Amino acid sequence: MKLMNIEHLHKSFGGLSAVLDFNAHLEERELIGLIGPNGAGKTTVFNLITGVYKPDEGSIHFADQNITGLPPHEICRRGIARTFQNIRLFNDLTVLDNVRIALHKDVQYPLLSAVLRIPSFFKGEDEIEEKAEQFLKIFNLDDKRYEKASSLPYGEQRRLEIARALATNPRMLILDEPAAGMNPNETAELMELIRSIREQFHLTILLIEHDMSLVMGVCERIYVLDYGQIIAEGSPEEIRNNKRVIEAYLGEEVS
Amino acid sequence: MQKTQHFKPVQFIVEVGILVVIFTLVQYLISAGLLNQYYQINLASMCINIILAVSLNLINGFTGQLSLGHAGFMAVGAYASVIMTTYMDLPFIVGIVAACLAAALAGFIIGVPTLRLRGDYLAIATLGFGEIIRVVLQNIDYVGGPAGIMGISKLTNWPWLFAGVVVTLVVIVNLINSSYGRAIISVREDEIAAELMGVNTTKYKVLAFVIGAMFAGLAGALYAHYFYIIKPETFNFMKSFDILVMVVLGGLGSTTGAVIAAMFITILTAVLQSFPAVRMILYAVILILVMIYRPQGLMGNRELGRRTFGRLRGRLRGEQQ
Repeated sequence: MKLMNIEHLHKSFGGLSAVLDFNAHLEERELIGLIGPNGAGKTTVFNLITGVYKPDEGSIHFADQNITGLPPHEICRRGIARTFQNIRLFNDLTVLDNVRIALHKDVQYPLLSAVLRIPSFFKGEDEIEEKAEQFLKIFNLDDKRYEKASSLPYGEQRRLEIARALATNPRMLILDEPAAGMNPNETAELMELIRSIREQFHLTILLIEHDMSLVMGVCERIYVLDYGQIIAEGSPEEIRNNKRVIEAYLGEEVS
Repeated sequence: MQKTQHFKPVQFIVEVGILVVIFTLVQYLISAGLLNQYYQINLASMCINIILAVSLNLINGFTGQLSLGHAGFMAVGAYASVIMTTYMDLPFIVGIVAACLAAALAGFIIGVPTLRLRGDYLAIATLGFGEIIRVVLQNIDYVGGPAGIMGISKLTNWPWLFAGVVVTLVVIVNLINSSYGRAIISVREDEIAAELMGVNTTKYKVLAFVIGAMFAGLAGALYAHYFYIIKPETFNFMKSFDILVMVVLGGLGSTTGAVIAAMFITILTAVLQSFPAVRMILYAVILILVMIYRPQGLMGNRELGRRTFGRLRGRLRGEQQ
């Protein structure tokens, strides 16, 4: 079943067309990679999908609904969650609070019962905390729950970002360079993690990554973006041997 | 696993007990005539300043939105309550409720358009709106124009002041320590990340702004009925800055910091009254010194409370927290 369909997406900043006629579709539970040289417009595509930018033209349909131009929190509510290229945790808050904030959209008690501290507040808070702990356990962060997010080592900050995104209960997870700054061991662990959360949470995953071992290792289908346009699409094997892709990355062969 | 939020009956009784003791003690000192007029006035200022600082801290400290119009909401509350009590002869409680509602409404009307702005722009817009409120009041003859309203009956007494402070603290502390409070704080931490995690940031900015304005209105009502007279000039932008100084001095995002700073500034102002010539210079020097040696404010964004005492106790016993 088709989960997401993007048609003729276009976005320019001043005179620069960052994304030009971008078309893509994602099937339910697929694991898709989006690759391309620096400045190709990959993160802009993510920002358009998640509502950070409004597209100039084109449409994005998610689960048979048109989500083009909705504010980001609405898009999150419909089931799309993401992480960021440069980690954007709530740095001054604890690990637990980072995840609890992502659970806020499904809060079960009204504002007034929070102010009056009636039993429904304590019950609701218990549920939120229990859920948050489940996510922290999956990512091996539960014994750091009271530490400040900014005090975590880099790799754990990356994991916390994924945990926080999953806490919004998404159908689709968007990862912006999840392996950036990781060593080969950590990248291998991350690959395992991505595979296992996809199974566990029945997710569709779209990821940007420069680390080719990760992209080729986990992705089932790959889109290649260059100068805001898709230049190739296909299985890892097809992409590896695609002439235009090699040219985009390495330049044309001098004859 | 111990949960962070759960009802602790013993602690609750102890806390209520402490409040009752403070209230009774001060009430006794007043009725026994041990607290003279001078101290009583300063006590009233202190309570009003605490309400103002704690409510502005919700907007500036927790939500991270720099608002410079707090005196405007105080003015709305003051005038609304006086219209109810002095003009219409209604009981004080009606005046207080009207003050809260009117200020909250003003907060909503001003908050919706201005909270789209960020940082400096928001500061200037709120400063402007605060001044507009003052100028509008100056030009309404019904409320005395620039001369203001005189002969307000003195209805504010210690029980009202005490109740005002307690209600403000309970509402704001409970709000902040809930899921709604975490959503508010996430706006300060990273607005884009908060949006993408499903937090409707506009909604929570407006919510914090409205609640902050509401308590400024409460402070205005208590002020008007303690000092007999209100005029628009009292609520100019200097008043907003005074409140902002308390919040920054206490530490942005610390309720206990705001309380301590409000008490500190009230006492400092009172003490400096005896040196009229150098009063403002000393005031400025003290503020500058605090900001040099504690740039994060007296409390930073930490709270003084159960956990601090728990940690201290642990340290005394030589335990690892």
